[in-house]
Amino acid sequence: MPETKAKDVLIDPIFRNNPIALQVLGICSALAVTTKVETSVAMALSVVFVLGCSNAAVSLIRNFIPTNIRIIVQMTIIASLVIVVDQMLQAFAFDASKQMSVFVGLIITNCIVMGRAEAFAMKNPPLISALDGIGNAIGYSVILIVVGFVRELFGSGAIWGYQVFPLSTEGGWYVANGLLLLPPSAFFIIGLFIWVLRTFKPEQVEQEG
Amino acid sequence: MKRDSTAQTLLVATLLCVVCSVIVASAAVGLRHFQLENKQLDQKKNVLIAAGLIEEGRAVSQQEMDRLFSEKIHRVLIDLKTGKVVDSSVIDVENYDQREAASDPARSQSIEPAADLARIKRREKYAFVYEVVGAGGSVDQLVLPIYGKGLWSTLYGFLALASDGNTVRGITFYEHGETAGLGAEVENPKWRAIWPGKQVFDESGDIRLEVLKGHVSPTSPDVKYEVDGISGATITSKGVSQLIRYWLGPDAFGPFLEQFHQQQDQGADA
Repeated sequence: MPETKAKDVLIDPIFRNNPIALQVLGICSALAVTTKVETSVAMALSVVFVLGCSNAAVSLIRNFIPTNIRIIVQMTIIASLVIVVDQMLQAFAFDASKQMSVFVGLIITNCIVMGRAEAFAMKNPPLISALDGIGNAIGYSVILIVVGFVRELFGSGAIWGYQVFPLSTEGGWYVANGLLLLPPSAFFIIGLFIWVLRTFKPEQVEQEG
Repeated sequence: MKRDSTAQTLLVATLLCVVCSVIVASAAVGLRHFQLENKQLDQKKNVLIAAGLIEEGRAVSQQEMDRLFSEKIHRVLIDLKTGKVVDSSVIDVENYDQREAASDPARSQSIEPAADLARIKRREKYAFVYEVVGAGGSVDQLVLPIYGKGLWSTLYGFLALASDGNTVRGITFYEHGETAGLGAEVENPKWRAIWPGKQVFDESGDIRLEVLKGHVSPTSPDVKYEVDGISGATITSKGVSQLIRYWLGPDAFGPFLEQFHQQQDQGADA
């Protein structure tokens, strides 16, 4: 059943096996870039690209990679792809790259990217590995965009830069919640997201003891 | 050849490095042209915004920006020490990269710690001044590049002064790494709209312009020198005060501004 398998690896990580919500990986970068929806989306697209390509590339050469240097080989591939993405953003999406500044480079240290290379791409053929990478990246993106949406809406009363709630500092009625603009707020939102997800999918709750 | 043999390890490592470096290098070289263009365009845009020649947020085509820039803006390179204009006999003005020069030992100088209000340690010897040409060809505004440390990062921006060399016409920051929503509010058009009309120097020539902590009291006698601080960004606000104090002070644009004042006075007498 290769077809169902392909669909599974693509769809599964979005809710059933979400890398952030279930595996709790890649949290650090989810804090940094999610003050605005726009940067969240740019980050999400970059991760989709990097993770899809890195999984495909690692999988393509998986039978040649000597086991004792496999991690550094994966890192080199990932780092190269991230630099390419960073350069492309600077060339074609200048405003977004200005806002994300150093965080694009930090995709290299995103545990999801390495995690998928090591756990999936080293054992599976390229096409399915690419799909697995894209699926996991979309799972990550969903959380990133949800967090970005909540933080921008309640932190600065705007969505995608457009003012939705008129701010009290500018004569409106909405008092912006400054905490949401600070990194810890992303933890609260991710926590709430996991809570909601596990209420609907109780099988994700870890057994105690 | 076995997969885990030393030969295979070396071979894979070498090949991987070669392939990856070719990819990275070609991306960097191939896209450099676009990136430079973006940066230059962004700077031009900020000069125009500081001078109030284009509106914030309105989409302006590159052609219009180039047209405005060539019609209205006259760029001169200033020797900061003497305040005099330098021409191509001293340095290649057309291709002078001010940001690069600031870190090049040959084209920059270190700043005495006591004078280093902007906390930048070194500054370039030559800086651009963008003169905005008004009706009749006289200088209507001066747009000066300014930069200095905020909380996390160096803020880069432009300050526009009216032809009296004293009244602020506008300010922009085009590059910084301050916290979004807090220090990054230096970009906020609403905050920057407070600036026009403020005075830099008092009668005795001291720099008085500063960003306060909190709001400016409307009854304050110094209201024309004071700008509301950004809430939650005290250190960034202070950084902005300090970098303005540095760049308009005697160690940076001071000599140039002094000569500019004299010229304007003479012009007024004649």
